[in-house]
Amino acid sequence: MDSSLTFRSGIKDVLPTVFGYIGVGLAFGIVAHTSHLGLWMVAGLSFIVYAGSAQFIITSMLLAQDPITSIILSTFLVNSRMILMSTSLAQYFRHESLTRNILLGSLVTDETFALAMNKQNHTAGKLSFAWQSAANLIAYLVWGVATLVGAYLGGLIKNPDQFGFDFALTAMFIGLVYLQLISDRKLGVRLQLLVMAFVALIYYFAIGLISENMALLVATAAGCLFGMEMKKCR
Amino acid sequence: MSLTELWIILGCAAVTLLSRVLPFVFVKQLQMPEWLLSFLTFVPITIMTALTCQGLFIAHPGHLATVNWENLWAAIPATIAGILTKSLLAVVVVGIAAMACLRYFGL
Repeated sequence: MDSSLTFRSGIKDVLPTVFGYIGVGLAFGIVAHTSHLGLWMVAGLSFIVYAGSAQFIITSMLLAQDPITSIILSTFLVNSRMILMSTSLAQYFRHESLTRNILLGSLVTDETFALAMNKQNHTAGKLSFAWQSAANLIAYLVWGVATLVGAYLGGLIKNPDQFGFDFALTAMFIGLVYLQLISDRKLGVRLQLLVMAFVALIYYFAIGLISENMALLVATAAGCLFGMEMKKCR
Repeated sequence: MSLTELWIILGCAAVTLLSRVLPFVFVKQLQMPEWLLSFLTFVPITIMTALTCQGLFIAHPGHLATVNWENLWAAIPATIAGILTKSLLAVVVVGIAAMACLRYFGL
């Protein structure tokens, strides 16, 4: 990753994360197929809702014939971390027009957010509309196509896990968190390691008590507050 | 696609889009207070850590979580690849290959 912020370098930077999208996208397509969702429903979920993990939850709730309102509420809760990520990411685009802000915001994901946070460590804290749009669009298209291919092939692949693709997502986050750790000079390695250990501990205990998605939010917010306090102590 | 499915797509798309876009609109229009900006500087590392933990722990509601050993074993070569190369691609490729090996040899 270098300091170039063009559309082309956005495409280059997002490519490693594409493996994660393909792995999880195929998996979603296969799950959707076995849950008897039609191709149009898969396309609607991937291209209109575009919500990664929430799509799995919507699919299982549809299968369980849960009411529409609780499906929508669950989607909101699972995606509420988007509020935190978008608020962070938006800081870099305040000088851009409102239209451009809305365009960028509409395609934010965990991965493109994390990628952008890594990128700005190499560009003296700057991001560009062109770079972010490239990352967003590639991620969006690859996700949508991978889920459709998965749904189409659903009946053919008996056991996609044997190729290890289900680990792509975790591997991607390991890579992203490591790159963040070594390149965020504002916070420094020691403080970040401390915050990471705190988040892991909170998350570990929280998932015994609340859902994984709520635990994600609680651990994130607690980690931020902990980090703020630790920073004051330094 | 049934009418129910159509409503689910529209409803879920609306709440997801609002969660993504409204912060951009507010941040553009309003000056954020200092404490919030300080809070937000920790969002990247905390959210990425929490998302990684999601892959490394298995939840058992009402009981303590357990470690996803398979993922943890595959995470070790993936992390080493990251330390050696500082390349996201290397981490992902080594991680997938490690997991495929673990499953192939039935470890």
